[in-house]
Amino acid sequence: MEILVCARRVPDTSENEIELNSAGNDIERDELVYSINEPDNYAVEEALQMVARIGGNVTVVTVGGEDDEEILRREMAMGANQGVLISDEAFSGSDARGIATILKAFVRKGNYDLILTGVQAEDGGAQVGGMLAAMLDYPFASLVNSIEVLEGRKLKVSREIEGGNKEMNEIDLPCVLSIQTGINEPRYVGMRGIRAVASVPIPTFGVSELGVDPGAVGEAAAKVKRVDYFVPALGKGAEMLKGSREENADKVLELVAAKGGLK
Amino acid sequence: MARIFAYIVHKAGVADDSAAQLAAAAKKIDPAASPTALLTGWGADLAAACDAVRASYAEIWTISNEALAYPNAELIRKALVKVVPPGSIVLVAHEHFGIDLAPGLSIKLNSAFVSDVLDIGGVEGSDLKVVRQEFGGQVSAHVRCDISSGAVVTVRPGAFKSLESAPVAVTVVDKSSEVGALTAGRRYLETIVAEAGDVDITKHNVLVSIGRGIQKQENVAIAQELAEALGAAVSCSRPVVDAKWLGKSRQVGSSGKTVKPKVYLACGISGSFQHLAGLKGSPFLIAINKNPRAPIFQVADVGIVDDILEFLPELTNKVREMRSVAAK
Repeated sequence: MEILVCARRVPDTSENEIELNSAGNDIERDELVYSINEPDNYAVEEALQMVARIGGNVTVVTVGGEDDEEILRREMAMGANQGVLISDEAFSGSDARGIATILKAFVRKGNYDLILTGVQAEDGGAQVGGMLAAMLDYPFASLVNSIEVLEGRKLKVSREIEGGNKEMNEIDLPCVLSIQTGINEPRYVGMRGIRAVASVPIPTFGVSELGVDPGAVGEAAAKVKRVDYFVPALGKGAEMLKGSREENADKVLELVAAKGGLK
Repeated sequence: MARIFAYIVHKAGVADDSAAQLAAAAKKIDPAASPTALLTGWGADLAAACDAVRASYAEIWTISNEALAYPNAELIRKALVKVVPPGSIVLVAHEHFGIDLAPGLSIKLNSAFVSDVLDIGGVEGSDLKVVRQEFGGQVSAHVRCDISSGAVVTVRPGAFKSLESAPVAVTVVDKSSEVGALTAGRRYLETIVAEAGDVDITKHNVLVSIGRGIQKQENVAIAQELAEALGAAVSCSRPVVDAKWLGKSRQVGSSGKTVKPKVYLACGISGSFQHLAGLKGSPFLIAINKNPRAPIFQVADVGIVDDILEFLPELTNKVREMRSVAAK
């Protein structure tokens, strides 16, 4: 099976406190730790496990700049056969629809049976996968937390719905699935693994290679634009305990007891 | 002003809570709007769901089709594309069905798409002004969406107060005949209900709930010791289940369990809306987190900025001390 995983490099919220810059219009980007968007990493792991079972290839693609190569190498160190960087000045400022338009052009260049994305990006909103599927006229399933390959170019997938329940679906290939975290246990990637792929060439595709209409992508075509970031005025907010650790623990215990919490 | 539709999610004849919230969101787009409810389905369930939204919508469009008895987003998208006029604004709740439906719908309607909207600041020129959250709610963003060719907007459940009034004269328009036969590349098979775990976290008065801040599997014992001392149970947020440190039955949130404890100790939990959606009955919420900007502090009653790996053992000692004094 030929599998394409669409991935992104994002500020890692488990490593950073995201805060506003001094101008108050963007997040503070100095010294941010970036990594692969977490659900995208699960998607790559799932693709690798599928290929290990039934054969095939895993390609990881990202739309971005030179800095984004680092996640492609990381995913190649995990075992992806190929990383592809889609990069062009004309793509800068694209909204989700623009990104999906670019990815569609890339998909059309290949012969993929299955396209995976992460369910959502840290700074996104579960958009690109479903848009890409509609543009390609492929079936789509979001929030996928298990995949089984069936006979006759079909998959059985479960979707995570309310209350931890699973909605089981049969879906025809080729299709697009957005992968939920927890579907598998992504393998560890060490520095040695990343060094081993450090010199593997990463092909780069731009407007001309993809044959994308530059007028349909980039900032000028974007219908959705972020104006600025802000931190909303808090509601009441928590009463913050400022005592020593021991004093705080005493206070918490007192509160738990007072609220009827001690058995 | 574009016509506004609200796609209504319903199950077994009951409209989702988001139905009346979408009516409120429509009013924030255009205070003069009289939004139209869009319902798809089949049989008695569809009729009952229709009745249920009469308090929020003066006009209801229905698409009745046996293929739509279970909400398959691909089939529903194909049906909606046949009936929704070009340039419309379509509101959908941002939950598992909306996530399935909305992005593709925007492509097929050739309209803009903005997702997971928390607030709406009206329309200025051809732009709809909305507020979204990013980075797990650590920051918010003002976003403009060009609605000159219409828009699909997903709205965060619970972000808007329900808009209901006494039922008025409601027009119900049956659009079924405009749809025709429907087929999809994805077919619903069944729903598998989550298995019960060893501990039922929905039955406990106190939950020691852990998140990413627990850092590794070995540290889960720190929370278990505290829970044991308190006579409480350990629950968790999504990252702990994703890492397989605790079972799915321990997860609090929209994709986990809904709990109603008296006291909720959120330990190293950032406080995403999906997690908070699982907390009902206004428990007394005590949050402990290293990150002073963690969104959990916005909703907690009491907050402590500290490392849970240090704080929880201290608290466990205090509980044990108290118990031993009481026993004497």
